[in-house]
Amino acid sequence: MSTWRRVTRTARRTALQAVPSVLAILALNFLLLQLAPGDAADVMAAQTGSPTAQTVLELRSRFGLDAPLLDRLAAYLDNLAHFSLGMSPRFNVSVLSLIGERLPGTLALMLTALGIALVVGIALGAVMARFAGRPLDRAISVISLCCYSIPGFWIGLMLVVVFSVKLDWLPSGGMHSVGIEESGLAALLDMARHMVLPAASLSLFFVAIYARLTRAAMLEAQEQDFARTARAKGLSPSAVAIRHVLRNALIPVTTMAGVHVGALLGGSVVVETVFSWPGLGRLAFESMMNRDFNVLLGILFLSSLLVIVANAGVDILHSWLDPRIEDVG
Amino acid sequence: MALLDVHDLTVAFPSVTAVAGLSFSVHESETLALVGESGSGKSLTALALMGLVPRPGRVSGAVHFGGQDLLALPEARMRQLRGRDIAMIFQEPMTSLNPVLTIGRQIAETLRLHEGLSARAARLRAIELLDLVRIADPGRQVDSHAHRLSGGMRQRVMIAMAIACNPRVLIADEPTTALDVTIQAQVLDLLDRLRRDLGMALILITHDLGVVGQWADRVVVMYAGRKVEEADPIGLLRRPLHPYSRGLLGASPRLQARAHYRLGRLAEIPGSMASALGQAGCPFAPRCDVRQDKCDSVAPALREMGEARLVACPVAA
Ligand SMILES: Nc1ncnc2c1ncn2[C@@H]1O[C@H](COP(=O)(O)OP(=O)(O)O)[C@@H](O)[C@H]1O
Ligand SMILES: [Mg+2]
Repeated sequence: MSTWRRVTRTARRTALQAVPSVLAILALNFLLLQLAPGDAADVMAAQTGSPTAQTVLELRSRFGLDAPLLDRLAAYLDNLAHFSLGMSPRFNVSVLSLIGERLPGTLALMLTALGIALVVGIALGAVMARFAGRPLDRAISVISLCCYSIPGFWIGLMLVVVFSVKLDWLPSGGMHSVGIEESGLAALLDMARHMVLPAASLSLFFVAIYARLTRAAMLEAQEQDFARTARAKGLSPSAVAIRHVLRNALIPVTTMAGVHVGALLGGSVVVETVFSWPGLGRLAFESMMNRDFNVLLGILFLSSLLVIVANAGVDILHSWLDPRIEDVG
Repeated sequence: MALLDVHDLTVAFPSVTAVAGLSFSVHESETLALVGESGSGKSLTALALMGLVPRPGRVSGAVHFGGQDLLALPEARMRQLRGRDIAMIFQEPMTSLNPVLTIGRQIAETLRLHEGLSARAARLRAIELLDLVRIADPGRQVDSHAHRLSGGMRQRVMIAMAIACNPRVLIADEPTTALDVTIQAQVLDLLDRLRRDLGMALILITHDLGVVGQWADRVVVMYAGRKVEEADPIGLLRRPLHPYSRGLLGASPRLQARAHYRLGRLAEIPGSMASALGQAGCPFAPRCDVRQDKCDSVAPALREMGEARLVACPVAA
């Protein structure tokens, strides 16, 4: 079977499997959020300063929060069928436009972090496997263990202290420089400068994971018979390592990368808050504090879509990396 | 003058000396069979010739090939010979091919490395090679992955890969052990035909004396890393001199077909090779049926017994 046919078949299968899971996730999120104490009406009434029971009830009926639970779920799903995620009572704009505003920032941050994690992690893992048991391997291993066990927000704060406060090389937060109108390449470079620290603190944990995974997978693969065959051809150690061993070791590593997209989203809530990065993670945090459940639901819905798309991407990548997949699928 | 001359080859691991002072030579276009039970050091002998003994194994002795000692060559020089002048195929065709690369890419890789062919030329040559090892529809199979092929076909692919650069020596380490009996003869016939057509020397490693009569020009019988007998196959099969060779002959299903049906079982050599460990005298003594007292203390030297015949047993006559 050709690579192309294998890939399209995988893509179709994944899309079909995704629909029921997304619906189930949505309903579950909806019901779980109802368990949280209070709602948007409570929070908004509290912010007026001297709330009366009357104000709360009025607000509640204005936002349709007083209808029975299942009616509200039905209304939500009906909205969804018309490509709407409802309104945010707090901002009084549609959830879709709120999310649309914040999504690019989060996507840029996540993809950059994932890219860094994969490239740096795999490269470090390959180096560790090459020098397994020797001082270089040990040194990287100790450093990666640290990255692995230190919480992301702390790494973020330390990076800010060193690179923004002490050295003043990089901005400590935000996505663009304030008060400077730039466009094109200059704007992009400005954003990249702002992204360095948040992307680094989001990716360090995953760099460590991929380095360790790659190391283990390569050590296993280089003991296999096909690696010996490659050596018997007269290939140099680096050709054996890259063309034969690493190629096989990438399969378990990319599997984990797909699983990690959800974790990256979770991590971005913290990192975006630390670096005041205008993304979905921070929006989610604020919406939770304000009981702005429509926005939160929308973000959760979108996250599950992202995770599913990422896993589909990994499946497709696999059907390209591993020709044995066709017989399993 | 021999093409490949192995002198006093020793491969030692901390736990065991797997090959101990082995000497033999291989001539051009000749098939030399290395025969012995599993664990007698055949694979490590082959890997030592390739310069691929795994760590922490230590190799000593000399392997003369083309006017140089392979064991003394720097690794970079050895890499140029490996796969080009000396090639090897392995026992496990199921796992010896890379699962994620097409077989065409794997064959082409050798050609591009040693002969500097372009990707296109290497691919065309790979198709020719697949045809040469009798793979049907090579133009299509060249893009297959290994998991689509049967064991016999994979071993043919391994052979195609090994002969890609017309090596002068091909080492085949139990090339048929993992295959169905019906396929074994086909693969051995193929190797034999290629040896003749390409003028290669073939080192055929096997634990089955049954294959040597038909496919070998000379036989070296190994036990516990040592050569215990060397002979021409006819002489060996007719009258094995070393008691271990006799035992192997009795244990071969091919040669004892009639006895097998008559008696319902093959004669086994009693005991196991583990008994050779730490043995001061003859390594085979603990299992030998003609053992004498001196065998336990004096390691027997190889004696010439007639033309081109060596045996390491003082009792043999
Ligand atoms: N990597 C290794 N480390 C330690 N001992 C080994 C290793 N490979 C093989 N041996 C030992 O060397 C001996 C010969 O092995 P091998 O050459 O594979 O035998 P054969 O191919 O004749 O079956 C065996 O006793 C085996 O246990
Ligand atoms: Mg072996």
